[in-house]
Amino acid sequence: MKIVIIGNGISGITAAKTLRKHSDHQIIVLSDESELFFSRTALMYVFMGHMRAKDIIPHNKKFYDDNNIELYLTRVRTVDFDSKSIILEDDNFIDYDRLIIATGSKPRLMNWPGKQLDGVQTLYHIQDLENIERLCENMERGIIVGGGLIGVELAEMLHSRNIPVTMLVRESQYWSSVLPLEEAKMVSDHIRKHSIDLKLNTELKEIWGDKKKVKMILTNTGEKINCEFVGLTVGVQPNIDFLHFTKLEKNKGILINDRLETNMEGVYAIGDCAEIRNPKEGRKNIEAVWYTGRMMGELAAHNILGKEMNYNPGVWFNSAKFFDIEYQVYGSVPNNPREGIGQLFWKHPKKNKSIRLVYDLSTKEIMGFNLMGIRYRHEVCEKWISEKTHIEDVLSNLTLANFDPEFFSSYERLLVDAYNQETGSSLKLKQKKSLYKVLNFLSK
Amino acid sequence: MNQINHSLSLTESAKRPLNIFQNIGSIIGFSGLATLLISLLNIYAESQVPYLFYGAIGAISLGTIIYTIGSYGGKTEGIKNDYNWLSGLTSKGSFAWIAGIFITTFYVFLYWFPQHLGLGESGAANKGLVGFFDPLSVLLKGEGKFASQWFMYGTLYTLAILIFGIKFIVKYRHNRYQVIRTISVMVFQLGFAFIIPAFLERMSLPYNDFKNVWPLNYYFFDTWNINGMLNAGNIGLFMLIFGIAMVLIITPILTYFFGKRWYCSWVCGCGGLAETAGDSFRHLSDKSQSAWKIERWMIHLVLAISVLMTIAVIYNYRAQETGYLVTTEIFLIGIFSLALILSGFVIYNRNKWIKKQNKIAFQITGGILLSLIAFTAYSYFLKGSNDLFVIQTYKIQKFYGFYIGAAFSGVIGVGFYPLMGSRVWCRFGCPMAALLGLQQKFFSRFRITTNGSQCISCGNCSTYCEMGIDVRAYAEKGQDIVRASCVGCGICSAVCPRGVLKLENGPAIQDRATAKRAIFISEDKVGLLD
Repeated sequence: MKIVIIGNGISGITAAKTLRKHSDHQIIVLSDESELFFSRTALMYVFMGHMRAKDIIPHNKKFYDDNNIELYLTRVRTVDFDSKSIILEDDNFIDYDRLIIATGSKPRLMNWPGKQLDGVQTLYHIQDLENIERLCENMERGIIVGGGLIGVELAEMLHSRNIPVTMLVRESQYWSSVLPLEEAKMVSDHIRKHSIDLKLNTELKEIWGDKKKVKMILTNTGEKINCEFVGLTVGVQPNIDFLHFTKLEKNKGILINDRLETNMEGVYAIGDCAEIRNPKEGRKNIEAVWYTGRMMGELAAHNILGKEMNYNPGVWFNSAKFFDIEYQVYGSVPNNPREGIGQLFWKHPKKNKSIRLVYDLSTKEIMGFNLMGIRYRHEVCEKWISEKTHIEDVLSNLTLANFDPEFFSSYERLLVDAYNQETGSSLKLKQKKSLYKVLNFLSK
Repeated sequence: MNQINHSLSLTESAKRPLNIFQNIGSIIGFSGLATLLISLLNIYAESQVPYLFYGAIGAISLGTIIYTIGSYGGKTEGIKNDYNWLSGLTSKGSFAWIAGIFITTFYVFLYWFPQHLGLGESGAANKGLVGFFDPLSVLLKGEGKFASQWFMYGTLYTLAILIFGIKFIVKYRHNRYQVIRTISVMVFQLGFAFIIPAFLERMSLPYNDFKNVWPLNYYFFDTWNINGMLNAGNIGLFMLIFGIAMVLIITPILTYFFGKRWYCSWVCGCGGLAETAGDSFRHLSDKSQSAWKIERWMIHLVLAISVLMTIAVIYNYRAQETGYLVTTEIFLIGIFSLALILSGFVIYNRNKWIKKQNKIAFQITGGILLSLIAFTAYSYFLKGSNDLFVIQTYKIQKFYGFYIGAAFSGVIGVGFYPLMGSRVWCRFGCPMAALLGLQQKFFSRFRITTNGSQCISCGNCSTYCEMGIDVRAYAEKGQDIVRASCVGCGICSAVCPRGVLKLENGPAIQDRATAKRAIFISEDKVGLLD
């Protein structure tokens, strides 16, 4: 069988690796961005000098050669699904028996006047680093539009080069569309601590240029700011333009069923470019995150190999880092909770650390964990959430979840105290830190 | 990728501007260093020497601290690795080569031409750089006890661990593991490697660095060292017993509970320098598979050589002396039986070795053990000869001292910091690291655990692993890391932007450390992990 994968991001490469692990089929991976798979989330570290470009590449060429995975640096013009053929930009074509589309996202550009000017930039592709590097040379001030994960990365990148940055965020706090208010405020304050001019409740209206170069922006509050750079980081959308005039069913992304199959026979879509027709309760149709892309890649491979399974991404989790603040989330942590949801929140009085436990007030079942500046064990939190563990059971065993390095202060006791104070109960922390106990708990 | 590689040549344009503190710190620090170096010209008047000496040491320390404040003081707590691959000194640029050549040259003179550093030969007074350290030597060791090149070196070495230790602590002040660990290496260096030996010399006792354990301390069983301790009364006897207890009891127990990190990144002086002065170069270690292969060959060969040399040296000692409980015969029979037992162990595990394509390693180990058995048997029938092996013992010692003790650990080990990273010696050459590594791999509770599926394959952990371990390769599979070479510095865990890695001691290491765990999907169901 000849399996072709369009896209060598985390989804496509995971699919290729899984296919190879379990089969001897011919595997071809096409990419127009880079020959080798790299960690997109690490681009910022290359720019800041933490790593070289080659350090964010997990597998070298030899790995793909040894595993007989064929890589081609080329661009796909379109796909002829009837004849099962991929037409390339240079008019060559590649036939397939099974096709996995894993073309990922592209940055949303919206329709701001002036978005075509030199100096308007997104952060997504490896080539973007080069452009930002060039633009940095004569940058007096950079504007970043958007209060999401890419925006804060771009802010950190410019900040590392001592360039003054203004961030325009539509919401009332940074990323408050996702983070609960206290956490959003903590991150906002932390961003400001880096002398970044964070303008909340502010949107971009127009970009003005001079000789085709960015010169100034106008905000919706009427403020004009001189700048040489405008970073547009207002989210991403599926990268599927090349499939426009085909029979492939699409909405925002390529529509797929629970087996990750599209409406075309033998064609799968995974990762950022895929849109699930019937997502699980509480999940979105399109989840453009690393982890779901990786899961889908693995699942698509299994489905192609006949071990058919439905996509079930399990308990939601994600993580990020905002300058120095690490963030982990497990389960459901709404920024705007409905009635009947209980929250236990503790925040360090001085440091950027907080723990939030979310639970159902009537059943007392744990629903989610939100961590800032503190690390919790994925497997432990997941087990508690999926087994709908009682909040008091979770609290009294909370040390099992702590994943901070040795000698770090642990704050689990303070959460138990807070719970006791709120509810008048007299819970006690049962466990001491011990890997032995964690492994025992996980194997139960 | 071609394009981005091209863009990295632009990095010259991304020079980090030095702030005022960094500029002042550099000027003060380099003026202290210059004062040290100018002493080589012998132009200081004798009465000036003490003032200039303490002034130079003070200026180097002050300069480094001011520079540190400039680098990290005004910044928020967190990982500060900006510009590491962009500025020349930390990315093998011209400054790195200058620094590498400078340090290497210093070591060459230190080991083989100390007279050019001013060491007074055959009773003559010290001059130059060594003479510059006389005031401190006399102050610590007593009247008339002038500096040697080793005292000069030890002082500079300790100074480097202390001032760069402060820098390290400021840089990682948010991470208590790093802070405590660094205080530990600073205390062990200052106390055990510097003050106690000076104090022993003041009391006319033999030199001893209690934390320098055989086989890193390859001369521990040398005749002169053993005799020195035996002739130094109760304290000497204590040194001998403590040294042997370190090898046979303390080290195995601590390594079982905590992994080799208790030594390599908490106590050891070589590790101490690598973690402090070498911190800026940790990302330069080679992560390739071939480097790992070379590493396994070299370090285990050095261990084999040092073990054979020590057996020969002890045999030699036994052959000369009489009146001890253990006779030459018993010693030979002991080594013979030990080699037999180890051979049995190797043969028993041969399938495992060959499956891992370690056929050559299997053959070499077998060869070494067989020759050990043959030579001990041969020597048993040739009692009276001073040489255990066909080669004369002193020749092995000379070879080891020159190529491994000096050239490898010093010249390459430290001199190549700016070019090959900070742990070249620890990774490729240290027999102690090899021995502890073997135990860590097979008989220890230490491992690095990974946090479920949170890895984003970014590569920070692998990049900043000074031992060149490709940590990411394990982390992205959700596989716990049990590697012989890991010194447990904890930096992979610190730099991870997603909180994936943790150094832990736990029960017996089982399936979590094998690659059989699926990434997300097990054979029969879809879910996270298995």
